[in-house]
Amino acid sequence: MADPVNLTVDGISVSVEPGTTILKAALQAGIDTIPTLCYHDYCTPNGLCRVCVVEVEGSRTLIPSCCTKATEGMKVTTRTPRIERARRTLLEMLASTVDLSDAPDAQQMITEYSAAPQRFPEAAQRRYPVLDDNPMYIRDYNKCILCWRCVQVCAEDAQFTYAINFSGRGFETRIDTFYSLPILSTTCVVCGQCVGVCPTGALKARREWQLEQGQSMDEIIAASTDDRTLRKRSANRQQP
Amino acid sequence: MLQPSKTVTTTCPYCGVGCKLELHIDANDFIYKVTSPFDAVVNHGNLCVKGRYGHDFIYHKDRITTPLMRKVPQKPGARTQAFDPAEWQPVSWDEALDYTTDRMAEIYQRDGSPAMAFYGCAKATNEDNYLLEKLLHTQFRSNNIDHCTRLCHAGSVVALQMAVGSSAMSNTAAEVIENDVFIVTGSNTAENHPIIAIQMKAAVRKHGATLIVVDPRRVEMVDYATLWLAEKPGSDVAIFSAMAHVILKENLVNHEFVDARTDNFAAFEASMEKFTPEFAEQISGVDRNLIIQAARMYATAPKAAIYWTLGLSESTHGTDNVLSIINLALLTGQIGRRATGLNPLRGQNNVQGASDAGVMPWHYPGYQRVDDEKSARKFEAAWNIEAGGLNRKLGLTTTEILSNVRPGGVRALYIMGENPMMSEPNLNHTRTEIEALEFIAAQDLFINESTAYADVFLPATSWAEKDGTFTNTDRRVQRVRQAIAPRGDARPDWQIICDLAKRIERRLGREQSSYWDYTHPSEILSEMGRVVPEYAGVTYTRIEHEGLQTPVWDETHPGTADLFTETFPSGKGKFHALDYRPNAESPDADYPLVLNTGRVLEQWHGASMTRHSHLNDLYPEALVEIHPSDAARLGIADRQAVRVTSRRGSIVLRAKVTEKTTQGVVFIPFHFFESAANELTLDKLDPQAKIPEYKAAAVRVSPATDAELFHPEISQPRGRY
Repeated sequence: MADPVNLTVDGISVSVEPGTTILKAALQAGIDTIPTLCYHDYCTPNGLCRVCVVEVEGSRTLIPSCCTKATEGMKVTTRTPRIERARRTLLEMLASTVDLSDAPDAQQMITEYSAAPQRFPEAAQRRYPVLDDNPMYIRDYNKCILCWRCVQVCAEDAQFTYAINFSGRGFETRIDTFYSLPILSTTCVVCGQCVGVCPTGALKARREWQLEQGQSMDEIIAASTDDRTLRKRSANRQQP
Repeated sequence: MLQPSKTVTTTCPYCGVGCKLELHIDANDFIYKVTSPFDAVVNHGNLCVKGRYGHDFIYHKDRITTPLMRKVPQKPGARTQAFDPAEWQPVSWDEALDYTTDRMAEIYQRDGSPAMAFYGCAKATNEDNYLLEKLLHTQFRSNNIDHCTRLCHAGSVVALQMAVGSSAMSNTAAEVIENDVFIVTGSNTAENHPIIAIQMKAAVRKHGATLIVVDPRRVEMVDYATLWLAEKPGSDVAIFSAMAHVILKENLVNHEFVDARTDNFAAFEASMEKFTPEFAEQISGVDRNLIIQAARMYATAPKAAIYWTLGLSESTHGTDNVLSIINLALLTGQIGRRATGLNPLRGQNNVQGASDAGVMPWHYPGYQRVDDEKSARKFEAAWNIEAGGLNRKLGLTTTEILSNVRPGGVRALYIMGENPMMSEPNLNHTRTEIEALEFIAAQDLFINESTAYADVFLPATSWAEKDGTFTNTDRRVQRVRQAIAPRGDARPDWQIICDLAKRIERRLGREQSSYWDYTHPSEILSEMGRVVPEYAGVTYTRIEHEGLQTPVWDETHPGTADLFTETFPSGKGKFHALDYRPNAESPDADYPLVLNTGRVLEQWHGASMTRHSHLNDLYPEALVEIHPSDAARLGIADRQAVRVTSRRGSIVLRAKVTEKTTQGVVFIPFHFFESAANELTLDKLDPQAKIPEYKAAAVRVSPATDAELFHPEISQPRGRY
């Protein structure tokens, strides 16, 4: 085995296996207070949301801890005014454009960091119609924070199906199927790995969503053939 | 945001992978969402469409939750199917069970053991199945009990028993990521064992494994394969024996393993002489060079394994097919170590368990033979039966039960959860046999094609309404938990069986009780553990959080991930000399195409569950896959209605023109009653395993009109097909 990597996190010395991320090294040092949003233990980390940033001595910028590997002699600080300000601003920007009502972790973070989304009263909201194009799950991209977990489990992190990816640029960036096809016209196998890792309720089991819409269990189960046929027809019509 | 009123951890009721589920349940006992913990050992938080979304059948309006009896008494030979609730009379449990007791006791007292037959259920728990065979053995002294294992892996079970003395996956499915080379044959893993398939894909894409697919269909796993041996249906013995031939000729044999751990090498070696790659190419249509390459890859890999399913076993030479791959593993020593092995992927959630529990005509629980005096004595003692009381004669298999209905033969059939009118081959024949029965009792959730023939319907609970255990494909005994209250008056299978058994015992005036007073399924598993050594150490306490892999020899034994590391249960592994035999029916001028049958991702077997679920919306109709060249020749367009005819029947369905099937072969999934593939299949059996040839019937395909379709308006084009 290769030599261990020695570093300090908030002054605590820790030895980790080569390849360990700063986030995991911090955990090993007993520090479990680095917040994460896009990170998932069973997905490849990408450092997209940036709330897990930390300061590393000698580094000009803040460093995303979820995807940066620890190196020999690294000195990491996990909470400073600079870090707090970065995290707070990120949360404010996120909350001012995205519906976080189904994201308890993000809400808790907003409270913890005293983030004030109202700082950006003119912020444009990301507004999309809820996509209800199959019998099993809905896609409500008003709630999407673009964490990329769904794309990754649809690809090499789990399913190797590649039905979804990013589309658009900048503010218009969103998760979509290729050519915005209805989900059943794609390679989707409806496994729901994406639903399983969605942190904000943007992807949701259709049954759960129907209950939230006020439908009763009996109504959901009795969903008439007409309704199903209609849905199918609309899915078929959108075929290229 | 919806908060569940409770979450319950349990095991998926669909396939043999055995994924861990977390059911999210609201105040009305509605399972509205299913997730899986990411630290689950089998599935790591991943699920497939059935496991995640396919549980709404529990609440379907057609679910039967009150005991029913037929209004019009049924006569042998004139039995009819009653799909309309108006043809049934709701009755009390007492009335239904007394009636069942009376009718079965009457037939037994008149005609004796041979008249009685039971179908067990690979979807039910170990406990349910153990009690069902106990009921038949102890009360009716008959061995005519079987379940769908006969129709899926019987060829594998028999071959493995003959060669190594054990019939389960030798290794753990998750070890696939440690394979250097692995062969997948006769398996559409991506659709039928989706979670094992994603581990296989990861093995290739992330862990550097090399995959060889041997299959007449271009199944999804071919996308990940280095070699695809696109064989003609039924040529498996030729291909795998040609691989053995190459290994022998090129001296890639693991002599150390062959000398130390195997028998009968000389006879086997002599029989392989004729299987030259040229000979195999002639029979299988596979380029000889591919066969040679596959042989070298498999033999020289540090760790190689074989995974297979029904493409091998569902054949009139299914036992030989499986023996041909066992020979390969023994020849190269690719067994008895981690990440190697012979791995039949079991189909049903609990087909391994139902087999372990003895729902088979030749065995008591734990594969202890009924014709072995010592075993019979053992079970007489365990079940309080007078010495010599149990029947020593081998019972009838699934298909034999429904071809021996006649005076002097089978008269009464008890069906727990099976749907033979969808799953048996040559359904037109099965139908006349069922119609000739004198009495049928059905224990199920729905009126389906088979239970519609019953005299009495005993409404059972689904897996979410009872406690128990399932044993998955890699021999892991896992907990199934009651998550919701039984719907209506439905009762757990084990309670129905105990209640019935007590009544039968009284009615027949048995002097001693075989014991039916269980208060919880855990007591039933303990009893099974006392008679099945492999289960001796499995207790509910030990498997509360994680399952244990059998054999578990005692309460401190940790379970067994990899079998045969020291020795085989039969001592030495036995090579078998083989010869090539063609399929029972070959294509000819009248029936020029070969029909292959199987399953699709979104449906499940006879489809009692999935067609009562929203899953049915995803794949609502049968499609016959036909190769573009055959379609062009026959003038058939994609999605056009066609008629498929064999010597036994004829069905109409839409065509799917696709290169997923090979030239000369058409494929039909068998889930759809409107165009039931098994009307076409033939009921010729493998002589040893008694498994029918589902994978090769001669058919012809001709254009039909939409008007001939059962429901032409239903259609769900999918991107992935």
